[in-house]
Amino acid sequence: MSEKTILQKLGVLADAAKYDASCASSGTIKRDSTGTKGIGSTGGMGICHSYAPDGRCISLLKILLTNFCIYDCRFCINRASSNVPRARFNPQEVVRLTLDFYKRNYIEGLFLSSGIIRSEDYTMEQLVEVARLLREEHRFGGYIHLKTIAGASPELIARAGLYADRLSTNVELPTEAGLKSFAPEKTSATIRKTMAGVRVGLDDAAEALRGRLLKKAKAPRFAPAGQSTQMIVGADGSRDDDILQSATSLYSGYKLRRVYYSAYSPIPDASSDLPPVRPPLIREHRLYQADWLLRFYGFSRAEIMEGADDGMLDLTIDPKLAWALQRRESFPVDINRAPREMLLRVPGLGTKAVERILMARRLGAVRLGDLAKLTASVKKVLPFITTPDWRPGGLTDSANLRARFAPRPEQMSLAL
Amino acid sequence: MREVILHRPGDFAEWRDAARGLLAAQVPPEDIVWRQADESASLFADIAPLEPKRTVTLPRALVTTLDRVICHRDPAVPTRLYKIVWRALTDRRLLERRTDDDIDWLARADKSIRRDLHKMHAFVRFRRLGEGEDGRESFAAWFEPEHRIVRLGAPFFRKRFYGMDWAILTPDARAIWQDETLTFGPGGTRDEVPDSDVVEDQWRMYYGSIFNPARVKINAMRAEMPKKYWHNLPEAQDIGPLLAGAGARVEKMRETAVQLANPRSDKWRVRGEEPAVVAQHGATTLSELAQGINACTRCPLHCNATQAVGGEGSAEARIMLVGEQPGDREDLVGRPFVGPAGQLLDDALGEAGLDRAKLYVTNAVKHFKFEPRGKRRLHQNPSTGEIDICRWWLDQERALVKPDIIVSLGGSALRGLTGKSASISSVRGQPITLAQGERLVASVHPSFLLRLPDRQRAAAERSAFVADLAAALELAKGSRT
Repeated sequence: MSEKTILQKLGVLADAAKYDASCASSGTIKRDSTGTKGIGSTGGMGICHSYAPDGRCISLLKILLTNFCIYDCRFCINRASSNVPRARFNPQEVVRLTLDFYKRNYIEGLFLSSGIIRSEDYTMEQLVEVARLLREEHRFGGYIHLKTIAGASPELIARAGLYADRLSTNVELPTEAGLKSFAPEKTSATIRKTMAGVRVGLDDAAEALRGRLLKKAKAPRFAPAGQSTQMIVGADGSRDDDILQSATSLYSGYKLRRVYYSAYSPIPDASSDLPPVRPPLIREHRLYQADWLLRFYGFSRAEIMEGADDGMLDLTIDPKLAWALQRRESFPVDINRAPREMLLRVPGLGTKAVERILMARRLGAVRLGDLAKLTASVKKVLPFITTPDWRPGGLTDSANLRARFAPRPEQMSLAL
Repeated sequence: MREVILHRPGDFAEWRDAARGLLAAQVPPEDIVWRQADESASLFADIAPLEPKRTVTLPRALVTTLDRVICHRDPAVPTRLYKIVWRALTDRRLLERRTDDDIDWLARADKSIRRDLHKMHAFVRFRRLGEGEDGRESFAAWFEPEHRIVRLGAPFFRKRFYGMDWAILTPDARAIWQDETLTFGPGGTRDEVPDSDVVEDQWRMYYGSIFNPARVKINAMRAEMPKKYWHNLPEAQDIGPLLAGAGARVEKMRETAVQLANPRSDKWRVRGEEPAVVAQHGATTLSELAQGINACTRCPLHCNATQAVGGEGSAEARIMLVGEQPGDREDLVGRPFVGPAGQLLDDALGEAGLDRAKLYVTNAVKHFKFEPRGKRRLHQNPSTGEIDICRWWLDQERALVKPDIIVSLGGSALRGLTGKSASISSVRGQPITLAQGERLVASVHPSFLLRLPDRQRAAAERSAFVADLAAALELAKGSRT
């Protein structure tokens, strides 16, 4: 086998990395290159430099260091028993690609993951080495997201946190049973322990920051953009309830910034016991909506599940609306009087619209005609609110309220 | 009617100076016509010099917004902005009036500018011009923003690309960063910028490879990367072919779904050692016990906890401390009593004259039981059932360490040690002998002390706690002789 060119390796190792949903480059500290006179800046919201035709943002150079892997996770394109072409970058090659792309403003930084080669520690060491080269040899100030290899030693995790903005450890499947049957080499205990290690690193860094002698004293660095994880949706039999239960437990225990839900997508050379072709994209979307309700709208998992059927979210309507339809006795709410927590529960009102309403009503009553300036979804909001000149009357309790929102059955559309 | 001619569209200083003079002279919006320099002037305009009648100050937030919105391409912008500042002078809360028509317009115009800026930061594509003798590289980009935003957008690139020289050219203006100085100049043309770059092949390879053909979502892509930007994005030329080939690629995946396993994979795979099976028969050493506890699935608490937390300390300990269960920090770190309650315990041990290293410290329940609440885990008391199931491990710890004295910290520990639920007060202060022969000193859990809001009571309870520990030490000394 002849040595692959950089271009060929890039093809293989980007292809192998695309099943990791995360591409976020936000939430880290402000940095710029003025001080270092190198290149690279971060801070504020991340930037999506491009979009692929799958609608996903391209913010980072998301690649694997290698797709050789000693594990045999059935849902994974890179599992040992798969026949995909294999390739391996050396750390310098990844550094070169990252800098070349970054200088042309293609990317915000690097998201580096890897198949497991030799051992967890060896693999983690390689990832850390790339990040070290970028930061120390090239004064690179852009965003770095490193995958933490579950089971890698705490010392390596600590070093990764020193260079990376974000660390992530994928839980892959929401239940222990799922993991056992689909990822024989992984255990949720090892994964959780690794996440706990990252959380301890984050806590210790925060503690040290508070305990500084002087305000300007340099604080120790540890993954300022925190940690995240990913769950695959639809590969095993887990219900949405299981997934959200796992997510709430993870958010509470490990200070995760994000849980990513990734619809299981067919892979070349798939294992025969996995569902074929169509990835459950709408299910994935509903899970993200539910996740948002948990984090920004004050909903509990149990409440979200009130609008679900046998532990599965409604695919036709969004989870907040599904909840509201089960809880019609709580509506309509008075837009001019309701507290923020209740406004957040009105279907159609997002966090920004709620802030705008709160601001506007301090200066006078909000009327029906004002709504269009405050929210983009007036039609959706109407059955659930009152204003001095609007009452939904029987609309709130009407039997066909659901049908009003459910999209009409549509023809299957082709890709183009 | 007064006429103001603006020569530099998008230039905030020019508009601001004109507006300031007009506001000071109290010229109302309806008496002004704002014109661009290339529009024909009116013959009847008032040209008398303006006489300042008042001083003008505007809220800072408004000025920042005006500075952005002046870059908007809508020719009505200077007129509309003047109307807004005119109103702002008498209405200090104007910006908060989200339902006001002028403010609604301003918010939308500002949003459009900010979006355009964001897209500029995202979609500028540099091409390499060359490299200086000192190794400093230089790059250039051609970009066509919707509004006149080069002035606003350039500082971002200076902060990001300090270590290289660059130029961004647009039809209206150019920004140039060299010799560590940012300068602005006139608009340019596309052919001033190279038409290719060596790295573009790699970038297009990346773009094509990161695309997942099984989840085509064209509208999502176009909403965020509108077509008007495509002709300056090297990767966009591949969108058509990628979409055209997507169906066939997915079809091929379906057809080739089942294949034989990669024959070389056995060579790569190294099987991890199977965890030793201790659980069923009981451990004969503490390290064996630790392995067993680590792998425990006797009750469902292991499902959500990070790890089991077994006891730790001296195998020859005369005194064993038994708490309730690991807390948040213990669960993360994997050691007992290392959180806030552990800190209090350590202090109290010191005051009682006990050395923690010579003790054996453990819990009645080995996994953390909690209720997730947002970003925190709220401690939940273990049920009697959970305590009783976990006695399996506690009993073995007792049998292996063989302490003379056991201090129970809290009610759960009492239950775990005696198998019966009893109030602490009913057994506190009078050591009892357990069935296995150890002497039991009952006390409270240190986290109980942390929760007491009343200072005096907390101090009293703390002294009692230290006294219990000291009593345990005395008992231990007595039993040694």
